[in-house]
Amino acid sequence: MLSPRKAVWLLKLDQTRAPLYEAMTEHRLNRVVPFDVPGHKGGRADAALTDFLGRDCLKNDVNSMKPLDNLCHPVSVIKEAQELCADAFGAEHSFFIVNGATGAVQAMIMSVCKAGEKIILPRNVHRSAINALVVCGAVPVYVNPGENKQLGIPLGMTPEDVERAIIENPDAKAVLVNNPTYYGICSDLKKIVDIAHKHGLMALCDEAHGTHFYFGSELPPSGMSCGADMCAVSVHKTGGSLTQSAVLLMGKNVDSDYVRQIINLTQTTSASYLLMVSLDLARRNLAQNGAEFYEKTVKFSEYARSEINNLGGYYAFGGELCNGADFCAFDKTKLSVHTRAIGLAGIEVYDLLRDEYGIQIEFGDIGNILAIITGGDRALEIERLLGALSEIKRIYGKSPTGLFDHEYINPIVVTTPQQAFYAEQDTMPIEQTAGRVCSEFVMCYPPGIPILAPGERITDDILDYIRFAKEKGCSVTGSRDMNVEYLQVVK
Amino acid sequence: MELWFTEDHTSGVRFSIKIKEHLVSEQSEFQKIDILDSFDFGRILVLDGYLMLTEKDEKIYHEMITHVPLSVNPNIKRVLVIGAGDGGTIRELCRFKNVEHIDMVEIDRRVVELCKEYLPQTTCSLGDPRVHIHYEDGLKFVRGAENEYDLIIVDSTDPFGPGEGLFTKEFYGNCYKALKDDGIMVNQHESTFYDEYAQIMKRAHSRIKSFFPTALVYQAHIPTYPSGHWLFGFASKKYHPVDDFNAEWWLSQGLKTYYYNRFVHTGCFALPQNVRDVLRETNGANL
Repeated sequence: MLSPRKAVWLLKLDQTRAPLYEAMTEHRLNRVVPFDVPGHKGGRADAALTDFLGRDCLKNDVNSMKPLDNLCHPVSVIKEAQELCADAFGAEHSFFIVNGATGAVQAMIMSVCKAGEKIILPRNVHRSAINALVVCGAVPVYVNPGENKQLGIPLGMTPEDVERAIIENPDAKAVLVNNPTYYGICSDLKKIVDIAHKHGLMALCDEAHGTHFYFGSELPPSGMSCGADMCAVSVHKTGGSLTQSAVLLMGKNVDSDYVRQIINLTQTTSASYLLMVSLDLARRNLAQNGAEFYEKTVKFSEYARSEINNLGGYYAFGGELCNGADFCAFDKTKLSVHTRAIGLAGIEVYDLLRDEYGIQIEFGDIGNILAIITGGDRALEIERLLGALSEIKRIYGKSPTGLFDHEYINPIVVTTPQQAFYAEQDTMPIEQTAGRVCSEFVMCYPPGIPILAPGERITDDILDYIRFAKEKGCSVTGSRDMNVEYLQVVK
Repeated sequence: MELWFTEDHTSGVRFSIKIKEHLVSEQSEFQKIDILDSFDFGRILVLDGYLMLTEKDEKIYHEMITHVPLSVNPNIKRVLVIGAGDGGTIRELCRFKNVEHIDMVEIDRRVVELCKEYLPQTTCSLGDPRVHIHYEDGLKFVRGAENEYDLIIVDSTDPFGPGEGLFTKEFYGNCYKALKDDGIMVNQHESTFYDEYAQIMKRAHSRIKSFFPTALVYQAHIPTYPSGHWLFGFASKKYHPVDDFNAEWWLSQGLKTYYYNRFVHTGCFALPQNVRDVLRETNGANL
């Protein structure tokens, strides 16, 4: 399932250009007097802020204007930057998104589903996808992802399960696929896209963690290369742009003008030029240097994986778990490590790494930790992570008895997320809610995959899981009650 | 024309040496390596703009980082040296007959190669059959060792750049694991006079103390290092550096030294009040 170097599409445009960056540079050189927003006027309002972020940063924090185009209605430099972006990612069209992949995922879903229409998706989606269902009233048809019992993590969907869901729900409008999951696991995307198209459905990809699939070699195939209709890509995660910047990619079957209208329903009219120019520059860099950057990424990550497995106790899993069904390809840049055998929950290792060793990783959940590796890392820092993991095992390791051994519980869906979220509700102490229908989200963040979503039945298993996650120090979020001691349930 | 090498000791303090000739300037995979010839200090090794050693005063540093631990436990046989690409620490270790095996771990092969060419004064013992040079990351090397060494010497550069992993808790913990039950660890410990260095020194000291029952600090006067007053750490699972000092044994070795002697050995653990005050903030060593 691995494709070689991804430039299977031919670049049509000059990827050395960065139209938005060039226009912003020219705008600064023109020394235009600002009688528009932002009110800090190039950093002259608050010296502390200017000192902290740097004068250049504040000077480049500008507002839309004719020479710099407008994200809501791009006609010049933003339009050109988006065309270059589409070209680099092998898409027909692309939009810059300044509200993260969350914004892109919501735009995708709301573009293909109206209230009451069905969308087929795995339950281990990010909360942004289910949020979109709350907002637009679409109805989820969940395909239960596969599960690796040993690691306690959800996997991908099998093409057979997707097809069955489509046949059982012939009125469904689209299929959404995680490519990859947070843990780096990919479904057989090409087959799923083909099945969706065969039945007349749109194929959507949440590629929040998949920017590198478009530029690295030896990585799983990207959504666009598999013929997906829309892909939400968090360029900021592994592509080098600023936090909160993302792109929405579209294939040839998508009416991009309609998608733009959908995006404009919820996206700001004051899009940050810092975020947008970071997308323009990141795209230029990836198009030219991405292959090398991700080659270095994979080298670091594969090295760390093999060294961690030599430490014993830890299990840094990888492509050996691929089974051709619900785990079709592994994203080698991910460093996911199962920690249960050293007697520590992932979240405990995550906290020790930061508090005792000054090392911040992406997340720790019940049984695993995940470190994000990129070509921006340095060999000596990889050694620090390995050295610290070895020490944590030596000093804190214990017998794994008593640790929770599963991560994913199949949900019982009673009603749609929107109906449950807006229903008449009771507020109840969480321990008394078993049997009721939840009307809000509960999740550990990160990874942000709901344990409970609005409309799902609360069970003792789920309550045990939440209790354990809280006990171990996971940041449990989503509920109206900030302490997650009370839950909102449907009356 | 005059040529001067200048190092910023702080943003407001500079130290300059008049240079005869710039012998080498090379960017290796890890750092910028310069070797200069000066009028007053002989040849000088500079890494990333920071002065590492001069021929005139290197013996102070290299004697103090080796003779102090060796004269506390005369049975030291297996030694691990992290860093030390200039060879000075190895030269001193090789003077001790009881030392049977030295693993030297230096990340930058070019430092060793260039020093061999231009600094024979320090590299003279790198060919000793007891010396085994490993070109790899020090943290990685020590991670793979358990209960193997009698002495670990951390002859590191400053805690920024390639040496920064050698001031971390994970490194000291791994050193603890790599040492035998009566093992000793000695490390280059920066200085307290300038605030920036004092912070690093304090943090390193607390980390070492969290592993070793004995963790003390000793000093030397090194004219070309910032403030001229430099510190070393002595940490051990068993030995006390002054109570267990074996002066007779050291004298019996008949080693001619430039700086170290038996009076310096006990004296160097007597720290000035300002250093004691800084250490007291980390719940005090030598107090």
